[in-house]
Amino acid sequence: MDCGEEKEHAPSVIDRYYTRWYRADMKGKPCEDHCILQHSNRLCVVTLAETHPVLQKGRTVKCINYQISTGCSRLNNKVSGKSKRGGQFLTDFAPLCRITCSDETEYTIYSCIRGRLLEVNEAILERPSLLLEKPSTEGYIAVILPKFDESKSITENLLSREDFEIIVSKRGIAQSQPS
Amino acid sequence: MLPLREKDKPIIRKLLSAGCCARCILRFCCVSVQAAYRQPQEQTLEELQAFIVDEENGKCQDCAATESTGTNDKSHDAALSETSEDPPSKRAKLEPSVSATKSEEDSAALVKQKDEESRLCVVCLGILQELCGTIQVIKIAEAVKAEKYEFDSLVLSLSLPAQLCVREHSCWLHVKEEVRAKGLVLDKDDVIQVKEAFKWIMQGQVAKELGGVAVVTKSAFEVGVEFTHPETDTDCHFLATTCPDCFKPTKNKQSVFTRMAVVKALEKISDARFLKHYPCPPTQPTSSCTPQDIQCLHVSVFIAGRYNKFCRSLPQTPWVIDGERRMESSVEELIAAPILSTFRADGFNFSSSGREDVDVRTLGNGRPFAMELLNPHRCRFSTAEIKQLQETINKSSDKIRVRDLQIVTREAMSRMKEGEEEKTKSYTALIWTQKPVQREDITFIDDIKDLTLDQKTPLRVLHRRALAVRQRVIHSMNTRYVDPHHFYLGLKTQAGTYIKEFVHGDFGRTKPNLCQLLKTDTDILELDVESVDVDWPPAIPE
Repeated sequence: MDCGEEKEHAPSVIDRYYTRWYRADMKGKPCEDHCILQHSNRLCVVTLAETHPVLQKGRTVKCINYQISTGCSRLNNKVSGKSKRGGQFLTDFAPLCRITCSDETEYTIYSCIRGRLLEVNEAILERPSLLLEKPSTEGYIAVILPKFDESKSITENLLSREDFEIIVSKRGIAQSQPS
Repeated sequence: MLPLREKDKPIIRKLLSAGCCARCILRFCCVSVQAAYRQPQEQTLEELQAFIVDEENGKCQDCAATESTGTNDKSHDAALSETSEDPPSKRAKLEPSVSATKSEEDSAALVKQKDEESRLCVVCLGILQELCGTIQVIKIAEAVKAEKYEFDSLVLSLSLPAQLCVREHSCWLHVKEEVRAKGLVLDKDDVIQVKEAFKWIMQGQVAKELGGVAVVTKSAFEVGVEFTHPETDTDCHFLATTCPDCFKPTKNKQSVFTRMAVVKALEKISDARFLKHYPCPPTQPTSSCTPQDIQCLHVSVFIAGRYNKFCRSLPQTPWVIDGERRMESSVEELIAAPILSTFRADGFNFSSSGREDVDVRTLGNGRPFAMELLNPHRCRFSTAEIKQLQETINKSSDKIRVRDLQIVTREAMSRMKEGEEEKTKSYTALIWTQKPVQREDITFIDDIKDLTLDQKTPLRVLHRRALAVRQRVIHSMNTRYVDPHHFYLGLKTQAGTYIKEFVHGDFGRTKPNLCQLLKTDTDILELDVESVDVDWPPAIPE
């Protein structure tokens, strides 16, 4: 078996199997950026973009709540069988959870894409710090399966990594040049 | 001499006038002597006519005999049915010729006899007439020869239009009383079936034409003869209204009027109801059945073995996304190509004891596999020939290798899928660690025994498999240090353990995982299957 190349620069699991898509300033709220990881099998993992306010300025997370209204908790989502029957069907602006930081600021995380909710990450309820430590892997929010014939079109409203980085860099300029 | 008795005479008279062929008359007389069907039908007809004339005590007017029985049925049937009032067209044609030549009885008999010889049977629609003659025998033999099958025996199968059952039933009702009068125990089941008579006539001739192969009732090689009769396809449609339960549409059927459904409906329908909807005896058709192409089919042969895969860019089965091929070849295609051409099979179904990813190699003794070969034209091979075939496969590509190749039974194939959960597999993985590690940092892994994992269905397969948490056991592990960021990890696991997910954790969805054990991010760079511990198929010494 030949030895692997310099892994420090080798692609990670996300690089190898997923495409990163972004939604900037979700619902018009500045910097509330979401990152959607789409697997080559069309499945999507909703995560916080590294620029999301929750992950800034040494904030800590106090709690995460999947109870998005009195009648609906994402924790009650159940899917069964290969066809994932019974999963809640989500649209772009469906809330997934609310994150409360220790400074009492609260943020809502949204689906960003249309699809069937397969699972939410219960591990972050136990260990909210995962959200800060590994926002794009173990600190994921939810897994969503888009409809087969919408697997390409669901990302049309999202930003590619390049486009997102341009937006972020412009923000930096805007902040350094106050009006 | 035909094995007929006195009580057959009324049956013969009735059926002759109804437009039945000689062999169908034998069937309804429940004659089960095969030789009676094999003699030329013209001869049988003559003998039948002579047999009923005998009884007339010197009155050599068979016309009169049939005429009188003809009148008999009319009065007889009238009670049951109105439709039978309409005489079959053939009879209508006959009558003027009979009356016109009354004075010249001899010539009248001659005309009628000639007519009867050539007319199409109202029951078998020609199947037991011209359609079981020499032309058909040659056609069958040619079809078999053309495909160059190798076989010792064959079974002839016959597919008849479903409406033939309706005609058979109508004819049965026509002579039911007379048949039962023959013997108390005789019933519809005792009437010889068209299929059976056809085979009695054809089997010997086909065997002879093919140079003496055995034509038997059970064989791995089937030669299918099919007839259709479009002219009367609508004949069974009335059954759908009388017995809707029998004709439920299903996905894969072209028509609901299958033979099975028609037979079932005929068992249910009352005689009176049948006679209300269908003429008795059946009407004269204008065309005989149409023979379809002969279908030859050999039962599947199964071949098994073990394969190695030495390439990290070869999928196990063709990889197609959105109708486009992703990789040039596949394990199953590389193995199948030489096998298909050797067995001259039409296609195959590949199955194996699990499967590896496109970038995973399978080393050691390899992975058990089995293939169903569809419609093989050749299937007898010596051990040496199979060994030769294995060598041909191995020479054809250096990406794969096959061993233990052997012909197996369908039943034995299930051994491969048995105990899928219990069997173990061994792997070697090349691991990367984010933090540098020392030799002694990883040795604790060698001491871990029977580690139970909770694996959520990996995200990479979640689109096609149910979401579940599955418990899988890693029986043992060993490490081989390479450098501060790399080591080889050997694993012996329960079948069904996802190794890649154990290493990188799959977003924390496999727990525990190697990242947790080593307290740093880990990733898998290469993976090899070292062994698939299934003892089937049996090893063949090299």
